[in-house]
Amino acid sequence: MKLDNLLKQTGEWLKGTGPNSGIVISSRIRLARNIKGFSFFDWSDDASKQKIKKICEDRITSLNLMKKSLYVEIDKITPIDRQFLLERHLVSKEHLHNTALKSVFISDKEIISIMINEEDHLRIQVMQSGLNLEGCWDILERLNKDLEKSLDFSYSEEMGYLTACPTNVGTGMRASAMLHLPAIVMTRQIRGVVEAISKLGLTVRGLFGEGTQARGNFFQVSNQFTLGHTEEAIINSLQKVIKQLISQEENSRKFLMAKKKEILEDKVARAYATLKSAHIISSEETLELLSLLRLGIDIKIIKDIDNSVLNELFVIIQPAHLQKIKNKQLSSADRDTERAKLIRDRLRR
Amino acid sequence: MLCDICHKNEAVIHITEIVNDEAKELHVCHQCAEAESIKMQQNFGIAELLSGMVEFPALVKKEKTLRCHTCGMTYNDFRKIGKLGCSDCYAAFRNVLLPLLKSIHGSTHHTGKEPLKVTPIPQAEEKDSVVSRQPQKVKLPNKANRIAELRIRLKKAIGAEEYEQAAILRDRIHALEKA
Repeated sequence: MKLDNLLKQTGEWLKGTGPNSGIVISSRIRLARNIKGFSFFDWSDDASKQKIKKICEDRITSLNLMKKSLYVEIDKITPIDRQFLLERHLVSKEHLHNTALKSVFISDKEIISIMINEEDHLRIQVMQSGLNLEGCWDILERLNKDLEKSLDFSYSEEMGYLTACPTNVGTGMRASAMLHLPAIVMTRQIRGVVEAISKLGLTVRGLFGEGTQARGNFFQVSNQFTLGHTEEAIINSLQKVIKQLISQEENSRKFLMAKKKEILEDKVARAYATLKSAHIISSEETLELLSLLRLGIDIKIIKDIDNSVLNELFVIIQPAHLQKIKNKQLSSADRDTERAKLIRDRLRR
Repeated sequence: MLCDICHKNEAVIHITEIVNDEAKELHVCHQCAEAESIKMQQNFGIAELLSGMVEFPALVKKEKTLRCHTCGMTYNDFRKIGKLGCSDCYAAFRNVLLPLLKSIHGSTHHTGKEPLKVTPIPQAEEKDSVVSRQPQKVKLPNKANRIAELRIRLKKAIGAEEYEQAAILRDRIHALEKA
């Protein structure tokens, strides 16, 4: 598979088909693993980075699950292509720093991505549409088991899987879900929700995980602890909290529909109208408006578009995607024009 | 004012401790404060206060010179970079990492998945032999073997007066025996 083929498809995790896919956009779990006998990436010389890369790549190409995968060496692609992979959540921000000797394998439906020579030797990630952490874990466990047949991972009985950063040690597992919580934000409960979640050993972040701001009412909720609990227990407690968030969002939506229907309908209609007619639009504004439109679809104020159209728009309005679609570099101002044009186009279909 | 402990040096640290509603004052010199604090590390109270007030050359020096013999990373490097150098760093810096792990994860012990095959990693006290150690593959230990191994580690921990570690090992043995 070629990198440009991704442009023609929508990742499986964006299909909007999984359980609770109205509120939960996607679920994701990743494992951090290191090969025994080698220093961690940032403390290694090039020769040993090269060796790790070879060892890992050999094993991954032999995996059944990765047979039709796309293989990319990060330093051999353009900055726009790197950004493009980040926008599709197929690589981490960290993976785009010091790109030499880093690579990634992406499965054909973009469900699995395996980064080599990230902060840890291996970062194995599985994504699914909607709230489906168990689905992610099933695939991930299988992958991990297959890899362990031929790779000896750094592990201590006391501290579990050993990782470059002590924040990942133990299970090496970070599970997360991307939630759309507009009604909780509108009813001004979000601050309390974030505080409560933090007390439960979970973290709330923006769209692209670590160090990113929440935009367009999208939040990523993930486990903070990786040591001292089993993988299943971590996933279960995250799942429970997410279900609570879903019901709180649903209740808030009902409340808004009962008490502030006019205001809500006005907001949604204006968002829709702006998206359908704007000629210049930034990605921040687009996210805010798409969020309202999505809410409108969920609560059936808007009936003539499908969530899958919106899911696709969320991805393709991003800077690198726009430039890939246009097949040229675009200035920020040009992007705002192209973005507006693309949105008008999609919403009129 | 002279130090309450050695009665020789000038007292530079003044502490008021409330014991049974009674204020108890203690005036100590730098040297005695350090010695006293190391002696009382296990207890709370004055020792804790002291450790927050004085930088102990002895302790700081010990941490600074900690080095992983496998990859050469020093504890100081780790503090600067925030990432460890290799998997043996966990054993080399174990004593300073444990409190950190506790504060990040609320725990210092892995209870999750194990790899299909486990190659034991050297503990901190064996770190001098890390370089010469040949990696050896062993089969996943069965329950009885694991309990036996944990008992040995428990004994060692008690011998080394690592009571926190001992308590964790004891709990793991209990859990295994029950399972």
